[in-house]
Amino acid sequence: MLEHIELFFRSIFIDNMVFAVFLGMCSYLAVSKKVATAVGLGAAVIFVLAVTVPMNWLLDKYLLQDGALAWLGPEYADYNLSFLSFILFIATIATMVQLVEIVVEKFSPSLYNSLGIFLPLIAVNCAILGGSLFMQSRQIETFGLAFNYGLSSGIGWFLAILAIAAIREKIRYSNVPAPLRGLGITFIITGLMGIGFQSFGGMLTGGDDAAEEAQETVNLETPKVEQKETSAKKVADNNSEIDEKEISYNDVKK
Amino acid sequence: MALLTKKDANLIKDPLADNNPITIQVLGICSALAITAELKASVVMAISVMFVLGLGNVVISLMRNIIPSKIRIIVQLIVVATLVIIVDQVLKAYAYDLSKTLAVFVGLIITNCIIMGRFEAFALGNGPWRSFLDGIGNSLGYGIILVIVGFFRELLGSGTLGGIPVLGDPIEKTGLYSIGYENNGFMIIPPAALIVVGIIIWVQRSRNPALVEEN
Repeated sequence: MLEHIELFFRSIFIDNMVFAVFLGMCSYLAVSKKVATAVGLGAAVIFVLAVTVPMNWLLDKYLLQDGALAWLGPEYADYNLSFLSFILFIATIATMVQLVEIVVEKFSPSLYNSLGIFLPLIAVNCAILGGSLFMQSRQIETFGLAFNYGLSSGIGWFLAILAIAAIREKIRYSNVPAPLRGLGITFIITGLMGIGFQSFGGMLTGGDDAAEEAQETVNLETPKVEQKETSAKKVADNNSEIDEKEISYNDVKK
Repeated sequence: MALLTKKDANLIKDPLADNNPITIQVLGICSALAITAELKASVVMAISVMFVLGLGNVVISLMRNIIPSKIRIIVQLIVVATLVIIVDQVLKAYAYDLSKTLAVFVGLIITNCIIMGRFEAFALGNGPWRSFLDGIGNSLGYGIILVIVGFFRELLGSGTLGGIPVLGDPIEKTGLYSIGYENNGFMIIPPAALIVVGIIIWVQRSRNPALVEEN
């Protein structure tokens, strides 16, 4: 249960699709002029991510991974089809999007009208394929966690596009230097929001260690000076721990 | 040039500045931001996109009369995915470290909006040779921004270019560091890329006021 909660908050805030890895920036920039359309696209992204990530997890587990074909029989255990993952993932996503579009159109025309125009866009939204590829490279272990990962990264993307759309609606009334208007200022605001979201990095590791530290000090009754030193050390440790984690999660920064 | 008529040459020249895929058409931002902390990665990414876009444009342009328009997105995705798998396997074979750095972003070339955008806007309506030129032009325009961002982020962030230290040694305090210069760690974190691209857009639009948007 704990790992579910941790993954949930980590994917929404710390490894946010938009601010930490820049996925789905194209539609993020193109469809964020009004809050209403941003909400529509965001909802569609949550839905499609929550469906495609678990599906691709099944594909990865039973078809693509090294030795994944062992369930067919011992003679298939040596196959490694992971080089096919791009083409299979994108085919799954395109088919699922098409399927979802047809089903929604048939059963809920009102939802289709508000959401439908965004669905074809989503097949080529990098956040969707990125979700599946990160799911594969982070080696998420169970089906439930994969579903959780898809859902929560979708929610993170939704939050990001909602926030920028709200800011862009307001910024229309302010006096931005002419060359920065539109795209330029949106980039810089997103950058600042990204820096803000970096501060969530201490949310999980930082909280846990602080609690442990408090217990230790009660038990050992260490002198105050030493305690300060250790807490300073702990903070430093925390920082390096976070850095390491971020690097391992996001090889790009190496 | 005898090889290229003036119209053809414009296909390559336009995307470099006034119709740049990143700063004007706003396509393909994701990878432009995520992998530009190092110059080397940016260059490799630009070359990979050039390969995929140039060849993909030719393939789609050759098939443009036989693709049913209803399923064209899936056909395009399959063509791109095949080319990207080739790029990925070549990188893994000959530049393994770099392919680790680029990680999932090689795969994300598939959903790079520049590629789908050029297929839709150009290759579906033009012959193979012109499509090829268009693909090369657009990927050059994309590559230029990538290299500029990568250059500044690596130079200011870690004081190196392509992994080679150019500003001296930060630990032994030689070169610029001997007079108190410090690396700007801010340039390494991901949000800095957004701000650098924002500044590029700012510079470009103040030089060419015709590009300024209405909010």
